[in-house]
Amino acid sequence: MTDSVTSTGARMPAFRRPRLPLSPWSLVAVITALVLALPVLVIFGHVFIPAGEVWEHLRQTVLADYVTNSLVLLVGVGIGVLLIGVPVAWLISMCEFPGRSVFQWALMLPLAMPAYIIAYTYTGMLDFSGPVQGLIRELTGLGYGEYWFPEIRSLGGAMVMLLLVLYPYVYLLSRAAFLEQSVCVLEVSRTLGAGPWEGFRRVALPLARPAIIAGLTLALMEVLADYGTVAYFGVSTFTTGIFRTWYGLGDPAAAAQLAAVLLSFVFVLILLERWSRAKARFHHTSRRYSTLPRYRLRGWKASGAFLACLLPVLFGFLIPTVQLAIWAFQTTDQWMNPRFAGLVFNTFWLAIAAAIIAVALALVLAYAQRMEGGRITHVAVRIAGMGYAVPGTVIAIGIMIPFAAFDNALDSFMRDTFGVSTGLLLSGTVFALLFAYAVRFLAVSLQTVEAGLGKIQPSMDDAARSLGLHPVKTLWRVHMPIMRGTLLTALLLVFVDVLKELPATLILRPFDFNTLAVRAFELAGDERLRESSSAALAIVLVGLVPVILLSTTIGRSRPGQGAPADEPAEDPGRRPRSRALAAPAGATMNPSADEAQDR
Amino acid sequence: MQVPHTPLLDLDHIDIGYDGQPVVHDASLQLPEGQIGCLLGPSGCGKTTLLRAIAGFEPVMRGEVRMNGRTMSDPGFTVPPEKRGVGMVFQDFALFPHLTVGDNLRFGIRHWSRAKQDERVRQLLRLVGLIGYEPGYPHALSGGQQQRVALARALAPRPGLLLLDEPFSSMDVELRGELAREVREILRAENTTAILVTHDQNEAFAFADRIAVIHEGRIAQLDSAYNLYHRPANRFVADFIGEGTLIPGMVEPGNQVDTALGHLQGPLSEDLAPGTAVDVLVRPDDIAIDNENGEVRTEVLDKAFRGADFLYTLRLPDGLSVQCMAPSHDNFVIGEHVRLRLDFSHLVVFSRESGVDCPGG
Repeated sequence: MTDSVTSTGARMPAFRRPRLPLSPWSLVAVITALVLALPVLVIFGHVFIPAGEVWEHLRQTVLADYVTNSLVLLVGVGIGVLLIGVPVAWLISMCEFPGRSVFQWALMLPLAMPAYIIAYTYTGMLDFSGPVQGLIRELTGLGYGEYWFPEIRSLGGAMVMLLLVLYPYVYLLSRAAFLEQSVCVLEVSRTLGAGPWEGFRRVALPLARPAIIAGLTLALMEVLADYGTVAYFGVSTFTTGIFRTWYGLGDPAAAAQLAAVLLSFVFVLILLERWSRAKARFHHTSRRYSTLPRYRLRGWKASGAFLACLLPVLFGFLIPTVQLAIWAFQTTDQWMNPRFAGLVFNTFWLAIAAAIIAVALALVLAYAQRMEGGRITHVAVRIAGMGYAVPGTVIAIGIMIPFAAFDNALDSFMRDTFGVSTGLLLSGTVFALLFAYAVRFLAVSLQTVEAGLGKIQPSMDDAARSLGLHPVKTLWRVHMPIMRGTLLTALLLVFVDVLKELPATLILRPFDFNTLAVRAFELAGDERLRESSSAALAIVLVGLVPVILLSTTIGRSRPGQGAPADEPAEDPGRRPRSRALAAPAGATMNPSADEAQDR
Repeated sequence: MQVPHTPLLDLDHIDIGYDGQPVVHDASLQLPEGQIGCLLGPSGCGKTTLLRAIAGFEPVMRGEVRMNGRTMSDPGFTVPPEKRGVGMVFQDFALFPHLTVGDNLRFGIRHWSRAKQDERVRQLLRLVGLIGYEPGYPHALSGGQQQRVALARALAPRPGLLLLDEPFSSMDVELRGELAREVREILRAENTTAILVTHDQNEAFAFADRIAVIHEGRIAQLDSAYNLYHRPANRFVADFIGEGTLIPGMVEPGNQVDTALGHLQGPLSEDLAPGTAVDVLVRPDDIAIDNENGEVRTEVLDKAFRGADFLYTLRLPDGLSVQCMAPSHDNFVIGEHVRLRLDFSHLVVFSRESGVDCPGG
């Protein structure tokens, strides 16, 4: 026996397990989940508040527009991302043609491009004074109003902008699904007389359907969450409506009620996705995989495939990036100054702080689940990770209302009692902003941390404890060092997402506090597109990092030719680039990490 | 409460289970200091659950776990593993991949002074034959070396009790016996009390002083290897340990049992009245092929070459078959008729009238 166990007979009452309804781990998980669910609870709470005048006004005037525009956007972008994403995924995974290996990762590049940035980049290029129309006028000699040119600042324009940057979700998930399909299944279809096209239509496509729908759902959630694009194009949707009601009409309750309607759209989307998946649960019938022999395309077919893959990359990434770069070089005075450096510094420390908070929370939740795998903990962790589906605007309103109420109550209490004003303690501070980021992006870090933790065998925990280490210290001394790489990845993913976040930052930022995203958006809104390009380009370039990270790991995603088991390589299916890819994707794409967590 | 010769480990009628469903029933076991025990049983029998309860990873639903007379577990009370001073070696070794061999060994003795740590690490590396490997990382070691690091790590804090959970199962079969002997020597050198969990009886025989055979969550028999083989307490142990066949017979006066093999003579394992219907355990070494003096005529049904000897399956005149071990220099062919000589020193009998002889129950 060790020295600590020398007395005899009696028990050690200090260790008697308290009879709590919840273990300490579940308690931590439940409290965290409740705090993170606060914004959504506040929003839904407003459903029960009687509708005021403003709401009545909204209902009679603009609500129908919001619903129509949002639905048209959803349908249009949905069809668009399917038409681009699925065919290019099939071409990349099943065919061989010039440039395939480059397109394989290049098709993901638009992920780095926030929709609002591509929107005003194209506006700068395509509006009346832009280079394209200028060239037309020069060539044809026509003047203003004498020729037809599509108006980019329109519902249709917003649709195109959104689908150009959102198709990679469908591409990524359906490509992963095509790669996961056993070669045998496709070979069987060929021995039964199905050619490549028929094999695609009758075997591969139906098998990949759950993944395709998951990708579509993610893209559509982004459409619902988008504020920057539609605001810039002057298209009235729920997000712009919430801003207008909040700032213009000054009615928080009505804004919250609009947010609740938007949120119910999101939930319908999630339910549809679940429902479509529940009906089709496919299992891989064969565990054997070999290198997939790709169909070699030649002649016009190869050119067609090349073009089909080139166009999305060209319009979704290359053209806007080059344009931004040109503008940035024309306006060096805009970013070669201490003010821009201050902006970058602001943005970076905010994003780093948010990333650390999100990863720390994820670590606590995932570890709680590992220590106490009961149903309550599980549900709490899932609830905490729901924020990825909630639009930033909704989270911001859901935080602003209770925080402002708290500040006002405290302030008037302090003034009445002690004659001092406490002012704004929570609302309009960095704290509110960090809280919003934690709610919104916890899912990103959670997904990554859970996958990393799942790879550590439970015997590691047991070994550390049998060597005298308390579970909390075990997390610090064993798990965290082992999953160092995973933690860095999670930090990076949250960092980039925070960098790009716009609507919540707009609403919650402290007075006179700017980030790159806000600055870019504000300058663009003032028609100072060139000046905004440096901030926008900075966001795009930083956003490239996770895309590169993703593309280096996805090649190894193929079952049977993956990385060696002991290598701490990430699993691309569970380490998505953004919050959105996280939940549905993980469920469809890789069951192994889930299983690893079950003892 | 403390009496002389308190066993180091005392399991007192414990039940262990998940969600109210007991997996281990009414297990009692005492292990004196310095002895090596073994939990032996087929997979899924509950032996690992029992080991994890001893380590403190699983609470008990009933009964008590005591170490040196101190209560470690009872219903609603569990001293956590990190406070028990129990070492454990895991099936997959669970070496910390981010730490060097030396730091793995230091993990459990991190509160010691640096000089004492160094001294202990040197001593352990010498003991397990890995001098010079201290700065290396676990992944660079072979399986056998990792095994020895895991053992050394568990031994470092000088635990009162060492638990080994199928530590040899991931080894090559040829390596296992050798490693088991090596580990036993190391435990002896450290005078460690230990419990091994295994499903491999040869490993158990090579390793342990006392073996608990576990069947469906109950301890079917707790005994030495010799007694488990020669004096199995019930049908399960008779069947699980070694090879053999149970053949029906009738007890006759004068320590005899009448069977298809003839009148077997020898002290009975149970005092049964003449006329009791029984099953007699026939081990392959209880009978021998002897075509000159043998009395029982049999036919070779099947044979398995084992190197030094053959394991024959022989059919008796009434259709029953028994197994017989015979030196491999005589090679009988299938279908050949051979004669058997009986070589019983004692008779293991199980009454057929007492109904189903459920182990432990």
